[in-house]
Amino acid sequence: MSGHDHDHPHEHSALSETELRVRALESVLTAKGYVDPAALDALIETYESRVGPRNGARVVARAWTDPAYRERLLCDATPAIAELGYAGRQGEHLVAVENTPALHNMIVCTLCSCYPWPVLGLPPVWYKSAPYRSKAVRDPRGVLRDFGFELPETTEIRVWDSTAEIRYLVLPLRPSGTDGWSEQRLAELVTRDSMIGTGLPKQPHEIA
Amino acid sequence: MDGAHDMGGVAWSDKVRPEPDEPVFHAEWERRAFALTLAMAMPGGWNIDMSRFAREDRHPEDYLSKSYYQIWLAGLERLMLERGLVATAEIDAGQALDPARPVARTLTPDGVAAMLHRGGPTERAATRPPQFAVGARIRAKIIHPPTHTRLPRYVRGHVGQIERVLGCHVFPDSNAAGAGEDPHWLYTVRFDGPELWGEASDPKLVVSVDAWEPYLEPA
Repeated sequence: MSGHDHDHPHEHSALSETELRVRALESVLTAKGYVDPAALDALIETYESRVGPRNGARVVARAWTDPAYRERLLCDATPAIAELGYAGRQGEHLVAVENTPALHNMIVCTLCSCYPWPVLGLPPVWYKSAPYRSKAVRDPRGVLRDFGFELPETTEIRVWDSTAEIRYLVLPLRPSGTDGWSEQRLAELVTRDSMIGTGLPKQPHEIA
Repeated sequence: MDGAHDMGGVAWSDKVRPEPDEPVFHAEWERRAFALTLAMAMPGGWNIDMSRFAREDRHPEDYLSKSYYQIWLAGLERLMLERGLVATAEIDAGQALDPARPVARTLTPDGVAAMLHRGGPTERAATRPPQFAVGARIRAKIIHPPTHTRLPRYVRGHVGQIERVLGCHVFPDSNAAGAGEDPHWLYTVRFDGPELWGEASDPKLVVSVDAWEPYLEPA
């Protein structure tokens, strides 16, 4: 089914054991009245279908088209992002950091996996992995090469390690050749990785 | 605690491997473990710093051999066992053997959206002015507490500069131990790459951490 399982066949039996344990745990906690399985379903549904990087893409596209919004976003991101309806858990205190031709920003949490949930959803496996958490603060250009792109040597690279409850969002550079584009169309260019700093927005020719 | 979770700068040779079209969860048990962890914080009464410490305070071999949600699961079990909410025998048996502990609140389906929207803001009213101003040169203290801390090893002892003053925030070192929120001023502190990694460092690298005042001293 998933590429992850194919990549780690040795984990298979361990996963089955874990699966049984989680089922047992849910049974016990439900029987004791501590959890309601319907509330668990609602939590899962929220992060599988409602909260994800499309939220962040709307924020970025708004900042690209509305200079006053961009100003508010860079000055105090939490209320600016709340204007679009995104707020709450793991996004209580948000900061947006802007890429420029001379500066590239990258977000990491070396200690665990802190990530701006309201705008990006739950973090991907690689973001939580040891190679990313170790390498991002020491060799971020190497990380970018793992993602398939090279940053010019003259570009300053700034890594934000999310060690407190401040959550970061990268405001990437608007691709050229998009003059006059609507906010909605621009949002299609904004990838999740471009808002973490491990990627760039798509180019106009990459979307139909 | 100097644990395996504190990974910044460790020389892993593996590449970062992005997964094309990655799903939010990779198995049904991950969905349930994620949701159980979020839902149990309400009846359990623990805070996010206690949760982090329960995940991280384990033998490096144990931490590194578990997948991300396996670590969450182990942390959740520990928090519940410590408070007598469940017994190991119950998890092994897959059924409740002892009466439930009385709990103040549980998460209802109708309460999910409000709980997520509320989140857990950590900024508190300041009772004193910040010790450091933007631009001040500081040194991250060399500390190795056996308890929870959010000062990563790779910056300890190094000189940086205050870049932003972020307000007064709940202090994890205290909050994780159940010793109260003890809010302190929080700063974004920037370090030049060569200060952290020596002459071999990328000269154009700047790394920042968010650090509470007790982690810092004037340089």
